[in-house]
Amino acid sequence: MNVFLKSLLLFCFVSANAGASDLIMARSPLSFSEAMTNLQVSLREHGYTVARVQRIDVGLTGMGYKTDMYRVVFVGKADEIKYLANKYPQMIPYLPPKVSIFAEGGDTLLVTANPLTFAQMIDDEKDRIIFQRWESDVYSVFDDFRNAE
Amino acid sequence: MIKFTVLFFLLIVSGIANAAPDGKALFNKHCSACHGSEGKGGVGVPLSLPSFINSVSNEYLNRTIRVGRPGRIMPAFPQLSDAQVKAIVSHVRSWTDMPTVKFDPTPVIGDKKHGKELFLQRCAQCHGVDGKGGKGTGVTFSRKRDLPIIAPALNNSGFLASASDMMIRNTLIHGREGTPMVSLLKAGLKEKDIDDVVAYVRSFQKSEVVSAKDETYDAAIIVDSPYSLEETIENLKQAIENQNFKLIRTDYLEHGFVEEGKENKKQVVLHFCNFNFLFEALSIDPRVGMFLPCRVTIIEREGKVQMMTINPMRLSKLFNNDGLNDACKAMTETYESILEDASL
Repeated sequence: MNVFLKSLLLFCFVSANAGASDLIMARSPLSFSEAMTNLQVSLREHGYTVARVQRIDVGLTGMGYKTDMYRVVFVGKADEIKYLANKYPQMIPYLPPKVSIFAEGGDTLLVTANPLTFAQMIDDEKDRIIFQRWESDVYSVFDDFRNAE
Repeated sequence: MIKFTVLFFLLIVSGIANAAPDGKALFNKHCSACHGSEGKGGVGVPLSLPSFINSVSNEYLNRTIRVGRPGRIMPAFPQLSDAQVKAIVSHVRSWTDMPTVKFDPTPVIGDKKHGKELFLQRCAQCHGVDGKGGKGTGVTFSRKRDLPIIAPALNNSGFLASASDMMIRNTLIHGREGTPMVSLLKAGLKEKDIDDVVAYVRSFQKSEVVSAKDETYDAAIIVDSPYSLEETIENLKQAIENQNFKLIRTDYLEHGFVEEGKENKKQVVLHFCNFNFLFEALSIDPRVGMFLPCRVTIIEREGKVQMMTINPMRLSKLFNNDGLNDACKAMTETYESILEDASL
């Protein structure tokens, strides 16, 4: 391979991984309900299915705790979930990917694990692209969330 | 021609990377989720608190961004350039009109044995006997909103690598208004006593910044079942109840992704919860909800039935929060007990 192309690929790889972190978080100044709506719209615009939204605070409020709104959004693409579950059964407990969204005062926070942390469970290098794409989409969705007005 | 195109591309991209960084944008991207858009705090400490920002140096903020607080949530940001770190610090500084404080880097000399006695009398109640700091984080679940700060971990390698002796001494002398940290001088100590406390705090320091625990754990807990899929599911439901957890829902892994009725019926998920445990986990770290409620997945492949869960021990590292270690260990043991019970 031409040395220039090698340099270009190396540069792109380093750039793509320069900001990698285990958890990806974002804060929105919007109220919980508005932020939740925006999140779901952005996820769908990026081609993802919101399979389910799980309340986490319901049991707590039932026990008398004064808690903020807290939901976990189960999200993914059907074909990728099926493919990964069949090829890598050890990944199943982590499927589908999840995003936490919860209120903090008047703001709303969004948290998810960096998809690349799950790529450690796969042994076929060509499948890493799935997680790289997820990571790229997560950053884009989180940017939408952070910048929504 | 291709060489010139590639070179041109690299120059353009490098130029973009080297443009003057926007401190506010960087803060919003990397810091505001925890510290709040205006630095009022949340999961992270309130950086805009005047008594904090006016008593720490730029070197302290720079170094804190670089090395983080291993095991105390604040991550390290080695990927940021020096210019980006500087821009973030400048943005944080823009919240105050006070001049930036600087500290003499000369180490403080003191009697650490006497300092320990004073530390145990005056500091340990909030900072812990061994300086490990207060429990929990954030205002969401773990503490009241009128408490602006949790006592920092003075024995944390990231803190000790960031704070100079004179900065610690200054904080001990003046305290931090708006937080439970009082002035030890006003509380009756002499400056020599404070030097002794500084010497004791410095004695927590190891030779280098210690990274968060790096043990490797399997990502998943997987147990084979000698029973059929249906029998295993019933066994698991009973085992979950036996561990004082409440079964919330049973569905298929593909639920919500494919048309109802067309899911793979050989991939079943049991969702369950113990609300006391849930509250405890969220109190330690409000971000752990993404792995809640608890789940066991049962799959049948080629006539073999397996039960599997996440491995919580793998997660405390993900959150850079040593406070989760005990809860994750307890949950790992609970998962193992449930799977073992169901397979007997």
